[in-house]
Amino acid sequence: MNKDFQSAYMDAFAVSRKCLPGQGVGWLDALRSRAIERFGEAGFPTPRDEMWKFTNLRPLTRQTFTLAPRRENSVTLEDLSPHLPDGLACYRMVFVDGHYRADLSNFGDLPRGVHLSSLAQTLESDADSVRPYITDHGDSPAALNTAFMSDGAVLTIDENITLDRPVHLLYLATAGEDAQLSHPRSLIVAHAGSHATVIESYAGAAGAANIYWTNAVTEVIVEGDASLKHVKFQNEGHAGFHLAATRVRIETGATYDSFVAQLGARLARNEIVASLDGEHATCRLKGLFLGRGKQHLDSTTLVDHAKPSCHSDEFYKGVLDGDAHGVFQGKIIVRPDAQKTDAHQLSNNLLLSKTAQVDTKPELEIYADDVQCSHGAATGELDADALFYMRARGLDAAEAQRMLVKGFIGEIVGTIELPELAAHMERCVAAWLARGE
Amino acid sequence: MLEIKNLSVAVDGKEILLGIDLTVQAGEVHAIMGPNGSGKSTLAYALAGREGYEVTGGSVLYQGRDLLELSPEERACEGVFLGFQYPVEIPGVVGMNFLKSATNAVRRHRGEAELDAIDFLKLVREKAELLKMDEKLLHRALNVGFSGGEKKRNEVLQMAMLEPRLAILDETDSGLDIDALRIVGDGINRLRGPDRAILLITHYQRLLNYVTPDKVHVLAGGKIIKSGSSELALEVEHEGYGPMMAELAVA
Repeated sequence: MNKDFQSAYMDAFAVSRKCLPGQGVGWLDALRSRAIERFGEAGFPTPRDEMWKFTNLRPLTRQTFTLAPRRENSVTLEDLSPHLPDGLACYRMVFVDGHYRADLSNFGDLPRGVHLSSLAQTLESDADSVRPYITDHGDSPAALNTAFMSDGAVLTIDENITLDRPVHLLYLATAGEDAQLSHPRSLIVAHAGSHATVIESYAGAAGAANIYWTNAVTEVIVEGDASLKHVKFQNEGHAGFHLAATRVRIETGATYDSFVAQLGARLARNEIVASLDGEHATCRLKGLFLGRGKQHLDSTTLVDHAKPSCHSDEFYKGVLDGDAHGVFQGKIIVRPDAQKTDAHQLSNNLLLSKTAQVDTKPELEIYADDVQCSHGAATGELDADALFYMRARGLDAAEAQRMLVKGFIGEIVGTIELPELAAHMERCVAAWLARGE
Repeated sequence: MLEIKNLSVAVDGKEILLGIDLTVQAGEVHAIMGPNGSGKSTLAYALAGREGYEVTGGSVLYQGRDLLELSPEERACEGVFLGFQYPVEIPGVVGMNFLKSATNAVRRHRGEAELDAIDFLKLVREKAELLKMDEKLLHRALNVGFSGGEKKRNEVLQMAMLEPRLAILDETDSGLDIDALRIVGDGINRLRGPDRAILLITHYQRLLNYVTPDKVHVLAGGKIIKSGSSELALEVEHEGYGPMMAELAVA
């Protein structure tokens, strides 16, 4: 059964590969072929796979998805506004159903030393420029992305350049017809000594009610002494599936700072694999997931301390209502060479209903002896004393609950430095809370 | 204002209050005294509508309405205020925001216009000043890390903002030094008025030096065993609860 759905992707690849960008580029053709083979051998992950124990892809694997076509004029500038942080000056690149839309984008005035282009164009015109960075890795959905990748953002920041405004990559899904699929593939390279902020938003366009699947892969390289702030909003439509694999390499003295907010999709998994690949590198991963109804939201991270004297810090919070299911998996590996590692992880979750559920799996794998590592996970319900106290002051139960949830989340939203982004996050949270009415 | 008849309350299946009768008229201040474990706080929580405080008998009329059928927030909006013995610390909720939401919830219920940010701030400053409360406290998470005295002043500030008809103050005097006691006492006195009633629940007589009650009741073993004028408080102060309870046992 599963095999049939799996082979549908193999057949689709055989048919569509000649239409994929960069066709005829030897290394790329070989990479795609290896990736589809790998997908064919592995099949979709199942809960029998240790890393997928809590996330069952059955609703996705029993459906045949087809590649979303490019539709001009399907989205207008006004349609973007709910997904744009108010008052935030930024360079914007927009994709609709996985295809770059120049008419909706706005980054003509990028400063010297910063390069932003569409992957499709890059693969057609100058594929070799991205060859060192585009590899096949991760689980089988990521392999499927590698085989089919056609568009996404390619951002490079030259040495010692400080980007004056954030780059906002917005991936909108129209879900125009049932069961459409896109494989956004993005590449962010912060060369040595550069500084930048990148925002990735994945969202369902207004009225995106059909089932669809966004299967994203983002590769990030932060070279020596560079720093990259990476903020992601997952706000897919309520019938959407979102699988995303972000792979990050952090080199000597570099800093990578991530914040991932997951609010949308019926089933979503955001996976970050960050490798501290040079001494004195820093990795900070923060995240928030808010689920209700029958949503399934998975945040999986792996921080790999490969070199000595690196620092990693991780803090995730989840709020689950209704029958929602949250997952936090956080693994820290400290390699034998990685002495003087300082690694910490914390996951706090709040359940608002008896039927909501959260699974947390913190994992430390330590092969060095001179390290400082800690992890903690706590899941609780709203404080009944606090609720009564607030109600005894005249707040109705729903408002009291909203204030308490906001308070719980506030600690992590407060870590977003850019005020416009923090305000946008607060608006997303407020909209989520209001949906509970 | 408040008419409690034969009220019995159980917590976790255990009867704590065993038939309380108490009538408080508008304009009056009543003190309820009693030894630890006598049921004072149970009475306060039952009147405020706390979950888990099961009314097993009797009735409570508030301004002619059945108080017991109202939710905690409806009671608050209708003018019942409970000053907590142990105000709850609420991380992540800024005191000022909480106070504004509460004030406006009550105003909405009364059909009054909500206060905008400027008017609200003006009013809070005025009231906080009277209580000699540092405004900085209000910009912090509600009660988090407050000293005992700061928490109690915060309770009185909330009361001053919400302008209740019936204030039930549960050991608002505990944990206060002598200066704070006077300030809190003044705060309570400011609320006194012909159309308001106050129920002071206290273990000691000392708050009553600042707020003179019209009536004093002694609660012990889940019942009011003695009622009298403010003199009764002094009797308790001098002799303790022992003689009164012994008298009851003999009778």
